[in-house]
Amino acid sequence: MSRISGGQIDRSKTLRFSFDGVSYNGHPGDTLASALLANNVRLMGRSFKYHRPRGVISAGSEEPNAIVELRTGARQEPNTRATVIELFDGLSAQSQNRWPSLKFDAMAINDRLSPFFAAGFYYKTFMWPAAFWEKIYEPIIRRAAGLGSLSKQDDPDDYDKGFLHCDLLIIGAGPAGLSAALTAGRAGARVILADEDFCMGGRLNAETLEIGGVAGADWAAKTVLELAALPNVRLMTRTTVIGAFDHGIYGAVERVSDHLAQPLPGKPRQILWRIYTARAILAAGATERPIAFENNDRPGIMLAGALRAYANRWGVAVGEKVAVFTNNDDGLRTVSDLKAKGLDVTLIDARKGDEVIDSAGRLGLKSITVRRGNGQTETLQVSALGVSGGWNPNLNIASNHRGRPIWDDSIAAFLPAPESIAGLSCVGAAAGAMSTHAALTTGAEQAVAILADLGIKASADVPKAEDAPLNLSPAWYVHSGKGRAWVDQQNDVTVKDVKLAKQEGFVSVEHLKRYTTLGMATDQGKTGNVLGLAVMAELTGKTIPQTGTTIYRPPYTPVAMGALGGRARGHDFKPTRHAPSHKWATEQGAIFVEVGYWLRAQWLPRPGETTWRQSVDREVLQTRKSAGICDVTTLGKIDIQGTDAGLFLDRVYANTFGSLAVGKVRYGLMLREDGMVMDDGTTARMGQNEYVMTTTTANAVPVFRHLEYCRQVLWPDLDVQLISTTEAWAQYSVAGPNARKLLEKLVDQDISDAAFPYMACGNITVQGTRARLFRISFSGERAYEIAVPTRYGDAMIRALVEAGREFDAVVYGTEALGVMRVEKGHVAGNELNGQSSALNMGLGKMVSRKKDSIGMVLSQREGMTAPNGYRLVGVKPVNPSDALTAGAHFLAKGAEAVAANDGGWLTSVVYSPHLGHSIGLGYLKSGDNRKGERMRSVNLLAKTDVEVEIISPHFFDPEGERLRG
Amino acid sequence: MIINHPLLGPRDSQEFVYLGDAALIHRPDGMAEGALDKFIDYTYLRDNPAGTHRELWYHEQGDRSWLVVTRNTVTHEITAVELARDVARTEGRSK
Amino acid sequence: MANPLKSLTPLGHDKPITEIIGAVTIIENVGTALASLASRRGREAEVAGAAQTAGIPLPGPGRSQAAATYSAIWLGPEQWMIEAPFATHEDISAILKPIFGEAASITEQTDAWVRFDLTAADLPALFERLCNYDLGRAGVGAATRTVIDHLGCYVVRRSDVEVSIIGPRSSAHSLHHALTTAAKSAF
Repeated sequence: MSRISGGQIDRSKTLRFSFDGVSYNGHPGDTLASALLANNVRLMGRSFKYHRPRGVISAGSEEPNAIVELRTGARQEPNTRATVIELFDGLSAQSQNRWPSLKFDAMAINDRLSPFFAAGFYYKTFMWPAAFWEKIYEPIIRRAAGLGSLSKQDDPDDYDKGFLHCDLLIIGAGPAGLSAALTAGRAGARVILADEDFCMGGRLNAETLEIGGVAGADWAAKTVLELAALPNVRLMTRTTVIGAFDHGIYGAVERVSDHLAQPLPGKPRQILWRIYTARAILAAGATERPIAFENNDRPGIMLAGALRAYANRWGVAVGEKVAVFTNNDDGLRTVSDLKAKGLDVTLIDARKGDEVIDSAGRLGLKSITVRRGNGQTETLQVSALGVSGGWNPNLNIASNHRGRPIWDDSIAAFLPAPESIAGLSCVGAAAGAMSTHAALTTGAEQAVAILADLGIKASADVPKAEDAPLNLSPAWYVHSGKGRAWVDQQNDVTVKDVKLAKQEGFVSVEHLKRYTTLGMATDQGKTGNVLGLAVMAELTGKTIPQTGTTIYRPPYTPVAMGALGGRARGHDFKPTRHAPSHKWATEQGAIFVEVGYWLRAQWLPRPGETTWRQSVDREVLQTRKSAGICDVTTLGKIDIQGTDAGLFLDRVYANTFGSLAVGKVRYGLMLREDGMVMDDGTTARMGQNEYVMTTTTANAVPVFRHLEYCRQVLWPDLDVQLISTTEAWAQYSVAGPNARKLLEKLVDQDISDAAFPYMACGNITVQGTRARLFRISFSGERAYEIAVPTRYGDAMIRALVEAGREFDAVVYGTEALGVMRVEKGHVAGNELNGQSSALNMGLGKMVSRKKDSIGMVLSQREGMTAPNGYRLVGVKPVNPSDALTAGAHFLAKGAEAVAANDGGWLTSVVYSPHLGHSIGLGYLKSGDNRKGERMRSVNLLAKTDVEVEIISPHFFDPEGERLRG
Repeated sequence: MIINHPLLGPRDSQEFVYLGDAALIHRPDGMAEGALDKFIDYTYLRDNPAGTHRELWYHEQGDRSWLVVTRNTVTHEITAVELARDVARTEGRSK
Repeated sequence: MANPLKSLTPLGHDKPITEIIGAVTIIENVGTALASLASRRGREAEVAGAAQTAGIPLPGPGRSQAAATYSAIWLGPEQWMIEAPFATHEDISAILKPIFGEAASITEQTDAWVRFDLTAADLPALFERLCNYDLGRAGVGAATRTVIDHLGCYVVRRSDVEVSIIGPRSSAHSLHHALTTAAKSAF
């Protein structure tokens, strides 16, 4: 017998599903667990360590045993709880942690060897040799104690992230949550009601209790209908609130498509919501806990409330002959409800001294041994046993901010500490109010009080419901026999393991948890934790509150990594920034490199070029020979205006700027307050009170932040205004001996050397379009940077290329740019490493001591000015055919390659087509006095050892004659 | 976390960048006598209280205001949020 | 002289795009010229007076405001983004500078941004997938800068059913992708 009458399943529709390859039928409204039970499948998994046959013990997210692999192919998902998987047509599930089959599991030998596998076994056994751990022990243990397997394929589904706002978030839609939602919703507050189940109502769906004269489940359905009609209320089923974060922010995972074979097109599988709340109510109910006895883990032994839930909500009888073992009155409800369904039920009431002392049945429960209060034992042939050791309030979220739960003797359970999270109130069973009446009342009354705080008037209207006490008399585990009694079934922790932990001194709850693994893994000890504490308390002769309890971090239930990642994966991991020449460069087959979010052309191969070096060498040589064009839009541009702009620049740059004339550009060196170089670039004075600063591509955002800091925090009365214009202008460098001739074809104004000398800047027009021209150079050639409004950027690169055709001009990428700047000895990212001062870079004289600027004072510190400090040097191989390696360290000839002999390192290395060999820049101790010295440059990782000569970092045109033309 | 911006109201901390101790407002005069010692103190010696702390936060993805946020480093409770420019002026900073 | 330079839209086309995805219409708006306006220190009253005379609204924090020719978005303390029709105000900073003289700093911003105008009956349903801004509580005229998929964007509620998202131009493709993906997901 399995399916019985009643329940909230739609028997008019049949859903086909399979478990371990066998096909079964179920109905809409079923979970995988209820459908399997309805098909007489009790055995659903093997335990973690001992590979004991296990079945479902709960009817909710607390399930420790019925853990399956769901779906197949790329959507295969390990460690899902059969109790919360909503049945859909075509569902396919496999048991896990067994080989070769669930019914015959070879690893069950571990169960026979259990004396060796007690708590701490791994710590004690696999200690040494240490090298064995990673290669030998861990793989074996992982295979034997696996919790499912991964598909190792990309998840084909999408996950969204989202943001919600409300006055009141209500966590849990049982009687307390519904009552609170109704009260707040009717009052007009902006309410979100979230429940992890696909059907709101909580325990009301599992009970035969009445509210206001109607069945509890019907009252819940009617209430949900009323709430759904309120525009100010958002109902979120299949939504688990996973944690409380700071300042009223809650996280929640909505399983949008988990109940479907696959998501609808464009729709996400799940959404990770960030919920901003003014206030929140925790109405998460309570979780039943077992009583431990010998062999209490056989399939068919479950929580009494779950047994009742399967009968009432899903119309499933786990067996015709059933027993109930309880220490409280709630267990009696299972007896009466199952009897009403026509089942044969035996009550074993711990409060009368009756106990279950053992069970039998290899793959599922066949009988239990009962010891009556008078000492007599008997064996009962039953296929299901419901156990109730009481109910633990689901206070998990209330302890997310370290609020320590408080023990309450009246229900023998921990309650959430008041005010444990600012703005969060606990109601109903989550707060220890265990009756339906108490749930409805506390929910409504808390809602009224919260809304009053928010300035919203509300009133409580609570229907009649049962208000029976729990009448619990604590009973934790049955003292009998030598066998194992399971405390935490997911981690195979037994009463004996707790005893062993105590014996070995792991008495504190935190030690107990880590020594035995009690309360770890997917269920986080929802059913076993308090039981484990109670056993430890008894062993140590303390009370449970004296023993203490662990607290809970988010998430409440496991969260898929995909939900945490959201859409940010693969190509969409981060945004992409396209330079204005991107479209043109793509057409040319350019190779791109990521620079922050930017994509920059790295080199632009021409037909026939087969290696990157061929392209880069050509770009460099042709630029130096005639002309080269490069998109430099990515450099940060900051518009600085105001009557104090010049003074401001003097403060933020180490060198002097106040004296810069209108229409001129100057190189600027920006330090951090600790004296290290922060960034460099040029700043152009476009008008009396108007400057344009450029930054390196990488530092555009940090420099802007720093400038805002300086003007708001340090010098709040300076008349300076800032705005970024990085994106507003498409800017191209045109470099090389023919650069001016090329530009003259496009620019409407006179840019002769007399009208537009080196370091000039100004507003111009390009064929009538407004533009800016700067005569600055990074390559060491005569060079200009020309900027047009970005919408003309594509047209501008095409116009430049067209104008350059008669000069055989090239467009060059970042590699050629890098080669030319190293040839010129200009510092860039590799030298601007955050640990280098102006002095290190050979720019010490730029730091003006005639004015106060950021970093000026600390750049004069003793350690910073030591004469034997690092200095920028140029490096070339003694044998021109040797290649240098960036990152190689300098050693004196004959010195051993150890840190004590380290003289510095090569920061940047390129092949100079101009010189015909490898060149590099580096930091060398006392480098400014060592020109001509021969050393070794050694890279132990790349296994290179090259004899080098230390030379000036200015490899090319050291006098800068080409710049000025 | 939520930072109650003095002009824009409650904003998610994801829009902000954190800098550190608001004592940074009091930058010494680099041209004054004994500047080196003062700068070493200013740059490197910070209090690290378990409790109330005044900190500089920057609304980088918002209005780009620098703020002084008074936050309890133990509980994350935020008791005051002010525009750093106003605080700096009040505490004697000018040009 | 060669032909004048041809402009491209932020998405890289000759003409701006219009898309309808479910219940939302997304239009790439290239018809607006932008310039930032910031008061010079101590000249706030002068700026306010000149703006009033010229018909340029200067809304308060978190707001935007439209007038006959100009509209404006608050950017930060004493700083606004001024909007005007591109057809008549292409060189917007040259038009604004004489109005404010040396009392304000004005910087052209037209080409720094991509603007998408989104129209839908239920815009909050879309925005809850995009950013933390509580559009449900933001009435007409609300405007803010916030993060959409790592991008700092201005969100301007033009009417009950229309919102502009103004984001960094170089990331126009990424922002467009974020908007269309959210629209498909939400509607």
